[in-house]
Amino acid sequence: MRLAWLILRKDLTVEVRSGEIAYTTLFFAVACVLIFAFALVREGKPPEDGAAGILWIAVMLAGNLALGRAFERERQAETLRALLLAPAPRPAVYLGKLLGIVVLLAAAEVLLVPLVALLFQARLLAHPIWLTAILAAGTTGFAAVGTLFAAMLVRARSRDVLLPVLLYPITVPVIIAGVRGTAALLQPELEVDIVRFWLALLIAFDAVFVTLSLWTFEAVMTD
Amino acid sequence: MPKWFFRAAIVCGVMFVASPFVIASADYESTMGLVQKIFYYHMPSAWMFLTSGIVCGVASVRFLMTGDPRHDRLAWAAAEMAVVFGVVTLVTGPLWARKSWGTFWIWDARTTSSLVQWMVAWAYLILRRYGGPGSEKLAAGLALFGTANTAFIYVSVNYWRTIHPPTSVVPKLPFTMGFPLWFCVASFALLFVLLLRMRVRLEEQRATLDSLYLSMDDAR
Amino acid sequence: MTAGGRWVFDRVTVEDVSRHFGRRRAVSRVTFQASQGQILGLLGPNGAGKSTLLSLLATLLRPTSGAIRYGTLDLRHAEGALRAHIGVLGHDLFLYPELTARENLAFFAALYGLRDANAAARAALDRAGLGDRADDIVSSFSRGMRQRVALERALIHQPRLVLLDEPFTGLDDASTVALVKRLRGLREEGAIVVLATHDLDLAEGLLDAAVFLRDGRMVHSATQPAALRSTYRTVMTKGQA
Repeated sequence: MRLAWLILRKDLTVEVRSGEIAYTTLFFAVACVLIFAFALVREGKPPEDGAAGILWIAVMLAGNLALGRAFERERQAETLRALLLAPAPRPAVYLGKLLGIVVLLAAAEVLLVPLVALLFQARLLAHPIWLTAILAAGTTGFAAVGTLFAAMLVRARSRDVLLPVLLYPITVPVIIAGVRGTAALLQPELEVDIVRFWLALLIAFDAVFVTLSLWTFEAVMTD
Repeated sequence: MPKWFFRAAIVCGVMFVASPFVIASADYESTMGLVQKIFYYHMPSAWMFLTSGIVCGVASVRFLMTGDPRHDRLAWAAAEMAVVFGVVTLVTGPLWARKSWGTFWIWDARTTSSLVQWMVAWAYLILRRYGGPGSEKLAAGLALFGTANTAFIYVSVNYWRTIHPPTSVVPKLPFTMGFPLWFCVASFALLFVLLLRMRVRLEEQRATLDSLYLSMDDAR
Repeated sequence: MTAGGRWVFDRVTVEDVSRHFGRRRAVSRVTFQASQGQILGLLGPNGAGKSTLLSLLATLLRPTSGAIRYGTLDLRHAEGALRAHIGVLGHDLFLYPELTARENLAFFAALYGLRDANAAARAALDRAGLGDRADDIVSSFSRGMRQRVALERALIHQPRLVLLDEPFTGLDDASTVALVKRLRGLREEGAIVVLATHDLDLAEGLLDAAVFLRDGRMVHSATQPAALRSTYRTVMTKGQA
C-alpha cells in the first residue's frame, strides 16, 4: 500500500514537471465538449438532457487518451520494466498507476463540469455531493478497467488502436449508469432513489473490477 | 480428426437439410404467421452464442490460472464460435422483429446485452489477430472481464430505458412447438461442437508445427 | 523459500534453459554457472540471445524449458524476495527523464524497500561523482552521466546478482574506465556479475569467464579467457561452410 502511494507521488511529480499528459488531456476534453456544442446546439438552444451524455463522453474519450499516453511514456524509458523488476508486489504497481489516472481524470472533470453546465445550460451543480459521488464512482470504474488494459497492451502491437476496442464494450455499464445517474440529477424534481440505484451499480462495478484487476495483474503482466 | 467427427458431420448435415421440412410441419403460430418460423433458427443460435461465451470465459480463467495452452486454444475457438453464432442471432432477430413488430431493433435488455457481449467477443478476436506476441494472456483477461460484466450489462441496460422494470417486448414463446424446436436445437448444438472441435484442432496443429520448427532448430 | 535451511545465494546456475517466442527460438539449451566474486561475459553478435538470457536471469521472462537456480533457491518460489537481490542495468537505462538524479535514486531506493531512501540516494550520488548535478533533471545529462546514474540506480540496494546489458555502449574513455573500476569493485565485494557485450577489447582484461552465444545457442565457454578476439572469430565461424 505504501508502495502504491510512492508510485503515485512519483507519477504526479513527473506529470507536474512535464505537464504533457495533463495539458493535452484537458485541452482534448474541452475541445471535445466544444465540438459537441457546435454539432448539437441548434439556434442557440442546446438539446434537452444532452448535458449528462456529453459530459460522460468527454470524460471517457479524454480518459482513453490519457491512459494511452501515460503508459506510452513508461514504455519509452522501459520504466515499467524497472517497476516490474523491483520486489514490489504487482498489485501495488497497479494501484499506484490507477490512482494516478483517477487524479488526472478528476482534474479534467473539475474543468469539464462547469464548462458543460455553462454551454448546455444544464443545472449540473444543483446537487454537488451526489454529482461528485457519481463522477467518482464512474471514473474509478472506467480507470480500473482502463489501467489494466493499458498496462497489458504496453508490449502489444497496435496498442493505440486496441485500447478503445477493448475498453468501450467493457465499460458500457459505467457510461449507462453514469449518464443516467447524472441525468437524474438534472431533473427539476430530484428522485433520490434513482440516483442511489445508479450509484450503487457503479460502486458494485468498481468493487468487482478493481478486485478482478488486482488478482489478474500479476498473471497478465508476466510472460 | 477423431473417428466420430466425420460421422457426426454427416448427421449434422442431414439434420440441417431436413430442418426446413421439420419446421414447415410445425403448427402455424396464430399472430405472426410464417415469419415466426425464423425463431427455430434464432433461438438455438442464441443458445449456442450464450454457450460459446461461457466456454470462452471458463477456459480463459483456467488459462490464466494454469498457463496451459490447451485452455487458450479452446478459449480462442469458443470466441470465434461466439462471434459466428452471435451474427446469426443478431441477424435473424431483427428480421423477425421487422416482420412481427415493424422495427428492426428494439433497445431492450436482452437484445442490447447480446449486442454488447458480441462486441466483446469481436474485440477478443481483433486482439488475438493484431495484438502480436503475448496477446494470449491479454485476451484471456478480456474474456474474464467480459464474462464478469454480463450481470452489470444486463442490469444497466434493463433499467436504462426506464427506471421501472419494463415489460419485455419479446413475448414468451409458447413451447407447444416442441419437436421442431428441439430438433433445431440439437442440430445447432451438434454444429457448435463440430465447429469448435475443428477450430481447436487447427490451433493444435499450429502448435505442433511450431514445436516441429523448434525441434528442427535444436537438431541443427 | 527453500524446503528448510537458509538460502545461500553464492552462484546462479542456468540449466538447459530454452526460451522461444512462437516459432522463434531465442535461447536454446544454454547451460552455465556464474559464481560470486566473478565477472562472466555473454559474448555474441546481435540477435544471439544475450538480452533474452539476461531477461531470463532477471525473472522478467520465464524459460520455456530448463531451470535457473539462484544459489539454493529454485526460481519458482518466492519471486518477490528474490528480485530484491537482483540489480539490472538494461539497454534503456530505466530512468525517469523528467526527474532529477536525486529523485530517481530516492524513488528506486524506496521502491526496493531501503529504510532511508534519501541517505542512500546521497551516497549513490557521491559514488557516481555527481554530487554537484544531483538536482538537475536527468534529460539534461549526457549519455555517460546518465549511464552513471543508471548504474547507481541498479546497485542502490546492493544486489548480489548484477546484470548488465551492453553497458559500454556510447561511453567515452573516462566513463569506460570508471565503469570498469566499478565492476572490479563489485567483484571484490563478492557480487555475481553477468555482463553482455560485444566490445571484445574491453572484455579482454575484465572477464573471469565467458560464454559465447550464436543464434541462441552456446557455442563455446571459457574460464580465464585470453585472446578473446581470435577465440571469438574461430568460435563464431565454426560450423559455417
